[in-house]
Amino acid sequence: MSVNQRASDHELLLSLPARLPEVMCATPSELRGPVEKLSNVQSLRCKECGRDYPQEPIYVCDFCFGPLEVIYDLHAASKSMSRESIQDGPLTMWRYDQLLPASREHAVDIGAGMTPLVKAENLGKELGLNNLWIKNDAANPTHSFKDRVVSVAATKAVEFDFDTIACASTGNLAGATAAHGAKANMNTMVFIPSNLERGKILGAAIFGSVVLVNGNYDDVNRLCSELGDDRRWAFVNINMRPYYSEGSKSIGYELAEQLGWRAPSHIIVPVASGSLFTKVFKGLNEFAELGIIDSNNSKMHIAQPAGCSPVATAFVDGQTHPKPVIPDTIAKSLAIGSPADGFYSVEIANKTGGSGTIVPEPEIAEGMKLLAETEGIFTETAGGVVISALKRLARENIIHPDEETVALITGTGLKTLEAIADQVETSTIEPTIGSFDEIVMGTAVT
Amino acid sequence: MSATVKIPTPLRKLTNNETSVDAVGKTIEQIVESLDSAYPGMRERLIDDNGDLRHFVNIYLNGEDIRYIDGLKSPVSDNDELSIVPAVAGGLT
Repeated sequence: MSVNQRASDHELLLSLPARLPEVMCATPSELRGPVEKLSNVQSLRCKECGRDYPQEPIYVCDFCFGPLEVIYDLHAASKSMSRESIQDGPLTMWRYDQLLPASREHAVDIGAGMTPLVKAENLGKELGLNNLWIKNDAANPTHSFKDRVVSVAATKAVEFDFDTIACASTGNLAGATAAHGAKANMNTMVFIPSNLERGKILGAAIFGSVVLVNGNYDDVNRLCSELGDDRRWAFVNINMRPYYSEGSKSIGYELAEQLGWRAPSHIIVPVASGSLFTKVFKGLNEFAELGIIDSNNSKMHIAQPAGCSPVATAFVDGQTHPKPVIPDTIAKSLAIGSPADGFYSVEIANKTGGSGTIVPEPEIAEGMKLLAETEGIFTETAGGVVISALKRLARENIIHPDEETVALITGTGLKTLEAIADQVETSTIEPTIGSFDEIVMGTAVT
Repeated sequence: MSATVKIPTPLRKLTNNETSVDAVGKTIEQIVESLDSAYPGMRERLIDDNGDLRHFVNIYLNGEDIRYIDGLKSPVSDNDELSIVPAVAGGLT
């Protein structure tokens, strides 16, 4: 079987697969040649106890189970990275490769990053905000910010010579992983809850194998952790996680660059596990440390839906550690009841003078509609959570009218059409002027 | 009561690479003590200085997170299956 024939063997599986992916004739590294590791990475470090580890496909500290994070030699990075060197780079997230844990030269790149930062004048007028921007990450190749993290994870997976790329996903990650797996000529094995929106299931299945699991995301995550223990697969958000999560920093870098090399006053972020939240902040901090921006004084705001708000609730209640919940929200991409980076997100929100907003479920679709009607951007449910949280922050004067504010839109509404089915109205007419006047214009022709 | 405990990769150095081991106890707490007797060092990796389950450790009893049952006091029956899983995440992030 040739590598190119692999796609025909992929199928949409409606339960756990009876067989594992077939072994490829050639590994990705055989296809690409040896991959040299070029980066400013110094080590992996436990965020809890500070123990250092070498660059390997590991994700938790052997001693305390704390998450591992990539540590860079910023001194080395400062010698080769400047505003000018960034601007000379490709128009993708890989223009920031000096602060990513993988080499641009061998990147598994389908064009993630450098998404539009749109001045939201109409929405701003609606909310009383004069300096509002929308970072539209739905413009990524598979229509969510997950392309950023998976581009890094897939590149590392090739470096580590894995032949199968896999993930546990709430939907967006599934599509991004399957697409990058295809680009990298790898087997893919994507696990998602069986109750996901159809658009997300099909949008991932077109690229490779999708496994629907009867359970919520936390169940899928546990299954994948157990599977990963016994199989040499690159689970992008498990054993590749320290590298994968670094891809989210590129949103912070881009915000700064697109605003004219400065950090905004406020950033509103949809939170599931909390990783995106922490990494956007980390990206801005690194830029400040390298002198690429003067400082990072962004206030970081957590946005979560009422049906799954362990992180925002912890912030509001003054707790440090989010209490796990069983998710019940229409914002399925935010439905992580046991958020691994929740503690760190609460810490950053507190440290920066940010906030936590719990958005009532009915306001999610309202937020989606408001953004669509004012700015022409159709976001998924997570974006509805962000816009409704923004509305509350403006109303409560937590964000002042002239402060530079960025709302992160992380995925497209085309994947979650079900959420707005009852929110939009259409008219059906006969193909006559009379019918148009009567039904659309409300004037009967006599 | 004897239960089977699935051991994740980071802890297999303690269990001589055994992926699954048996432990005895009527509660999760007792199971952890049983594991620590057989595989010294297990307790301090799972339990913090306050006697609570570490924040980045999840233990599942027959597939259910013990935090949703009764934490370390959750009762264990004969032939129950326990799984120790490092907390990781994904989704939107």
